[in-house]
This record gives sequence, structure tokens and C-alpha cells, in this order.
Amino acid sequence: MLAFLMRRLLLAIPTLFLISVVVYALLALKPGDPIDELRFGNPGFTHADYERLIKLYGLDKPWYIRYWYWLSRAVRGDFGPSRRYGMPAAEFVFRQRMPNTLLLSGLSLLVAFAVAVPAGVWCALRRHSFVDYAVTTLNFVGISVPVFWLGILLIYVFSVRLGWLPAGSLGTPGVAEQGLGAYVVDRLRHLVLPVLALSSIQMATWTRFMRSSMLEVIHDEYIRTARAKGLPERAVVLKHALRNAILPIITLVALAIPGVFSGAVLTETVFNWPGMGRAIYDAILANDFNVAMVALMFISLWIILCNILADVAYALADPRIRYD
Amino acid sequence: MSTLRRLARHRLALFGAAVILLFAVCAIFAPYIAPHDPYAFSLAKKLQPPSRLHLLGTDELGRDLLSRIIHGTRVSLLMALISVAIGLAVGVPVGALSGFYGGWFDLLVQRAVDILLAFPGILLAIVVVAILGPGLWNAMLAVGISFIPTYVRVVRGSVLELREKEFVEAARALGTHSLAIIRRHILPNCLAPIIVLSTLQLASAILWASGLGFLGLGAQPPTPEWGTMLGRSQLYIRVAPHVAIFPGLAIALAVLGFNLLGDGLRDALDPRLKGRL
Repeated sequence: MLAFLMRRLLLAIPTLFLISVVVYALLALKPGDPIDELRFGNPGFTHADYERLIKLYGLDKPWYIRYWYWLSRAVRGDFGPSRRYGMPAAEFVFRQRMPNTLLLSGLSLLVAFAVAVPAGVWCALRRHSFVDYAVTTLNFVGISVPVFWLGILLIYVFSVRLGWLPAGSLGTPGVAEQGLGAYVVDRLRHLVLPVLALSSIQMATWTRFMRSSMLEVIHDEYIRTARAKGLPERAVVLKHALRNAILPIITLVALAIPGVFSGAVLTETVFNWPGMGRAIYDAILANDFNVAMVALMFISLWIILCNILADVAYALADPRIRYD
Repeated sequence: MSTLRRLARHRLALFGAAVILLFAVCAIFAPYIAPHDPYAFSLAKKLQPPSRLHLLGTDELGRDLLSRIIHGTRVSLLMALISVAIGLAVGVPVGALSGFYGGWFDLLVQRAVDILLAFPGILLAIVVVAILGPGLWNAMLAVGISFIPTYVRVVRGSVLELREKEFVEAARALGTHSLAIIRRHILPNCLAPIIVLSTLQLASAILWASGLGFLGLGAQPPTPEWGTMLGRSQLYIRVAPHVAIFPGLAIALAVLGFNLLGDGLRDALDPRLKGRL
């Protein structure tokens, strides 16, 4: 197990290196350069300025030379400045955007898990009941509805028609001065709709998995044994069945964790939420390469780590699985 | 035959197939079904609620929404079919060769797949569209490329399993060429997962393509694409919610159709695929 873990972690280094080369090359292939925005936004910008900045930023050199400069500084933790926001790219990504995304996506993941597990168990225990059919149908709807449309519908119903909740953004400006309680309530109110929209797909997928996983387990012989020795049904379901049925879901959750860091560009766009997804999208389109690089590399790292984590969790939970 | 009969007993799958058929009819006969020209605008009639003349109302330029949604069926189904075809055309041969031969080629392919899968969700498609420039065809290509790694993984997994089977050994003992073994003995046995995956990918393709359209990276106006139509609808949600509701309903229905059919196909073709696809 330890050897497997070490091998996977070591293999992650060349993979990350390759990803950084490919992403850098792709971004360099993209038409336009980081100076475009300055040039088109400023009428006094002369061609001499342009050439000076091209030289200054090293954009006259081929992409592999620039990549080498980037890499040699990145390994020391310096990811360069964001030309768009006038601050270090890492500071913009980790200080300004990451907390917002962690809040929104993390909360969505928790909500999805907290709903999916009991819902799946309930449906499995009352198979072919009305509730089971209703939830199964709802799951199909959940994975089929585009998240941006669901967001728009939620805004229409809950903020335009009913006026209960705000339609977007992080919070009301200036509410912090009314005290901590008002601030917290305001932030929470702004979270409700985006969390509902974002958690829908995972809620649906996990409920389905939980249901079928529970159905597989519930007819096993050790469950019959547990019932036969007179354990109350509650203990049979929660202690014996659920523990085994939840394993595949744990893997799915582990694989969903990177999404918590990458954010959700569509949901963030609908709700005007300044998170990572939107940051990456804007950075790519505006040629703010340093921001795009640091964010994408950070997410890749998490994807690789969580893949390993999923394998390890699986092996730890099920002793029959061996990797060596 | 038994597969068809099992599928026919799957009521949800039949419903899915019926929905897809309906959309296909809309796509083929769009100019005959649509009551108005999807491009004909009239600012005097902008953002009208549903009425007898305009069954689903009009959009911000006074174009008939129903006609645009019907014509949008062509765009969305075409995008879905082509992007899945790209994923199939590249993913299946690469996955089959990599699983069958193993060795350095397999190692190379696996690293490439790792890199492509390190982009979460729609981000890879966004990067590709950003390089190629926004537009209908580039969005298809971007979604197609994002599908390749999944096909490679699934086909490679099936081939790895089949490679050790006795009938493959028998074919090899008879001196059959490796490529012929893959084509005649291995790929026909991978059909079930490939068909199921492709049906589900069609659903994802519609979601992703409309997502790109919503962000302004997909089909460009005035092309009637469902996601692109939703992109501006949020601005008018207070005065004209129908502009936001109906195109999204079309997306959700089409995606639901493919998801239901894919699920039924999986149960009918090979119930063991559950949990893997």
C-alpha cells in the first residue's frame, strides 16, 4: 500500500510538469497577447510603447523560453504578476477568489451529500413505492437540467416573483456596518440560490448511486444474519448495511473535491459570484496568463491528489482490493 | 431480439426514445413546422408574451421564439452528433490499440488521458474554444476533444478484459493478424459499452454545447442555438420570463431523452455496466 502510494505520488510530478507544458503552450497558441487590453483601452498608447512592453514582458521570445522563465520562478513559489488586477497572480487567485469558491462549492458538496445519502437509503428500503418512483424521476430531471437554466429559474421564482432572496453577488454592500449578525444573515441569504443550483447535479447522481449500492447490499447474507439474531431494523440498516453501501459514494465524493477548488463557471456567471471558475474563464479570455496558469495548475494538482485519495480510500475500506 | 424486447419493457427508455424522435422530426422538418422565419425580426413586437400568433412569445428582437427553438433543434442535435463522433473516431481506436498492445504506446496514451482529465468539467472545452475562437464549429470540436479521454478509458478497459479471453487466443493461434483480431473479435464485443456511453455522451454534449453558448463561446447570434438564446435572457427576466424559460426547457427535455434512453440501453444491453458508465 505504501509502495503504491509512493509510486503514485512520484508519478504525479511528471504528470504535473507535462500538464504545465501543455497548458502554457496552449495559452501561448491563443491569438492576442496580454498587452492587447492596454493597447485598445488607451488612446495615447503608441507603437513604441507596445514594442517596449513586448520587450519588457519578454513576449518577443518563443513560448518555450518564456515557459522556462515561468517554470524556474514557479518552482520557487513565484507565479508572476496578474497584469489585469495589478497584484501577484497567486495572491489574486488564493486570497480574492479561492475563499468565495470554497464557500459556494464546498457548501454545495455538503448539501448534496447530506441529502443524497438519506434519500438513497430511503428509496432502497421502500423500493417500488411512490416515493421511490418520484425520487428516481427527479434524479433524471436533476442530471438533465442545465445548471445555468436552473439558476435562472430559481432567480425568477425566488427573487423576481416572490422577492424572498437576492438574485446574485456575494452580499449587500455596506451591510457589514450593521453588525456581525446582519452580515452573516445577508451572506447566507446570498448563498441559498447558488448552492441549490450547484448541488442539484451531484445530489441527483449520488442519490442514484446510493440507492443502487444500498439495494446491492441489503440482500446480502450478513444482513439476514443481523436480522436473524434479533437486531432492531434501525441497527441493521445504519450499522450493517449503510456502512458497506456508502463505500462507492465515498469514492465519488473524493473525485468531486477538485470541483470545490475549480469552481463552477456557469453557476458563478448566472449568480455573478466572483469565484475561481469565473477567474479562470476571464483570465483565459483576457490573456492574463499568469492567473490562468497558477489556477489551472493548482486544480490539476488537486485532481491528481484526489484520484489517488479515491483509490486509497477504496483500498482502506475494502481489504479485498490490493494494488501491488 | 431479446435486447430490443428488454428495451421495449423499459417504459422510461421508451419515453426517452419518443422525446428524441420528436426532436429529430423537428430538426429534419424545421422549415415546414416552424410557424415563422426564425431570423425575421421586428422591434415593434419585441419581448411579447405567448399569444395565439406567437405561441411561445417573441425575444428581444421580436423574433418568434417557437420558430427559433424548432430551428435550434437542428443546431443542438448537429452539435451533439458531431462532437460525439469526434470522441468516437479518436477515442475508440486509440483506446483499443492502447489496451491491446500495451507497452510504451499504452503508457503514452495513459499520460495524455491523465493530462486531458486534469481539466475539470467544461474547462478543457473553454481552453480549446479560447484558442480556436468562439463559434459553432469550434465549440463542437472543443466538446468532442473533451470526450476523447472518456472513450479511451472505457474502450481500453473493455479491451484489457477481452484480450485474455479464449476466443482471442484461438484467433491468435490461427495466425490472425492483430489488427484483424481487434476489428473482428474485440471491437464487436465492446459495442455494448460504446453504445451506452455514446447515448449518455449525446446528453452531455447538448449540456456542454449549450453551456458554451450561454457563455458566448458557442454558436454566435443570430444562429438560433438554445444556450446562446439563454445567454441574454437573464437581462429581461423581469419583463419577459418566457425568453428564459422555453429554450432551457428544450435543452432539459432533449438531455432527459438521451439520459433515459442511455439508461434503458444499459439495462437492456448489459446490466453489468451499471456503476461503470
